[in-house]
Amino acid sequence: MDCDNLLLLEPYGLPRAEKRELFTQVLTDLTRRHRADCPEYARLLGALGTPENRPLAPEEVPMLPVSLFKELELRSVPEEAVFKTLTSSGTTGQKVSKIYLDAPTSALQQQVLCRIMEDVLGPKRMPLLVLDTRKVLRDRSMFSARGAGILGFSIFGSKICYALDEHMQLDWDGVQAFLEEHSGEPIFLFGFTFMIWKHVVRALEAQGKHLDIPRGILVHGGGWKKLAHEAVSPAEFRERIAAATGITRVSDYYGMAEQTGCIYLECPCGHLHASVWSDILVRRAEDGALCAPGEPGVLQVLSLLPRSYPGHSLLTEDMGVLLGEDDCPCGRLGKYVRVTGRVPKAEVRGCSDTYEG
Amino acid sequence: MTNLEKYDKLFFDAFKVKAVELPSLKYQGIALWDSLGHMDLIGAMEETFKISISTIDVLDFSSYEKGKEILAKYGVEL
Repeated sequence: MDCDNLLLLEPYGLPRAEKRELFTQVLTDLTRRHRADCPEYARLLGALGTPENRPLAPEEVPMLPVSLFKELELRSVPEEAVFKTLTSSGTTGQKVSKIYLDAPTSALQQQVLCRIMEDVLGPKRMPLLVLDTRKVLRDRSMFSARGAGILGFSIFGSKICYALDEHMQLDWDGVQAFLEEHSGEPIFLFGFTFMIWKHVVRALEAQGKHLDIPRGILVHGGGWKKLAHEAVSPAEFRERIAAATGITRVSDYYGMAEQTGCIYLECPCGHLHASVWSDILVRRAEDGALCAPGEPGVLQVLSLLPRSYPGHSLLTEDMGVLLGEDDCPCGRLGKYVRVTGRVPKAEVRGCSDTYEG
Repeated sequence: MTNLEKYDKLFFDAFKVKAVELPSLKYQGIALWDSLGHMDLIGAMEETFKISISTIDVLDFSSYEKGKEILAKYGVEL
């Protein structure tokens, strides 16, 4: 299936058997392409003994640990075709991951994000209040994951206001002016969970102030990062957001720089859903076997989008639980999961263990 | 100023390009027309022509020429 047809798919419309067929076809094709175009990837697959001449079922597609993007230059296009290099420090350790994007992959990611978000926002752009500082966008050649997230979501904004100043203080006057200018309109708010918690919710609470954004739609992601010790339940997060800002429509999402675009967006039932462009598997840390629904394990993410780097099957450093497939009360088809936290450091073992340079 | 002149001026102002460069100008083709520059251009476009461009069309606006087709959808004749 080519990219144009991929984009025509309904975000949550494909039942299990058909999705499996689509993923077998596209992931086998991507594995073959990356094997041909990325020598490092070809060496890994050689070491793993991945068969070359038959279709691979989704769970058979070799998974690269996300940390491998810190160790190796994994690129399937010539250097001059790379127009953006995403860096991510989201995984543990000092080194940053480097994700090489060419124009077609980046465009595809952006379009898929758009299709997924349409579900929440509709087709029209609306005023966007970014719950972050403009400062993260300053270096335009080397995007941090945070900056890339903000830029990626800024296409949904007609007018954009940054809620935090460069010292991470809430720009009260600026935000009030923005809200006044757009009073009566729906407002889209985007930010990272830990930033929103620390610099918006807690900051407003400490100052005894609150914002009034009753028509706000908040989408947040990225988890708790260094604030893991302050983490509250999703329900409490929603309550405190509502109390501090008046926003009642709140959706968390799970996603990563290594598979930008196909985010797992939270439905009204509080479940994170795989869209038709990605899928998620849960594996036992001990032996890599697939977990049963309800059994916690390490998350493996599959994506149909990566063309310029071999990132279509990745073992993350996140733990989670498969809650179900095709049967969420919200009506969306596909798997839905809960993300429970980070993998304890020593447990992640994947292809890199067999890789000997 | 005609609509076409206004349209061209938005590119001159946003990307510091010359008239001869316009026909071949593409998104990501020059350093200034990156995703940030793109949103600034779209914002200025909406303000100039008093229109509201949908998200899909923002993504579709991939070149100087393609932009003309998109504006036509919003009733802006160039």
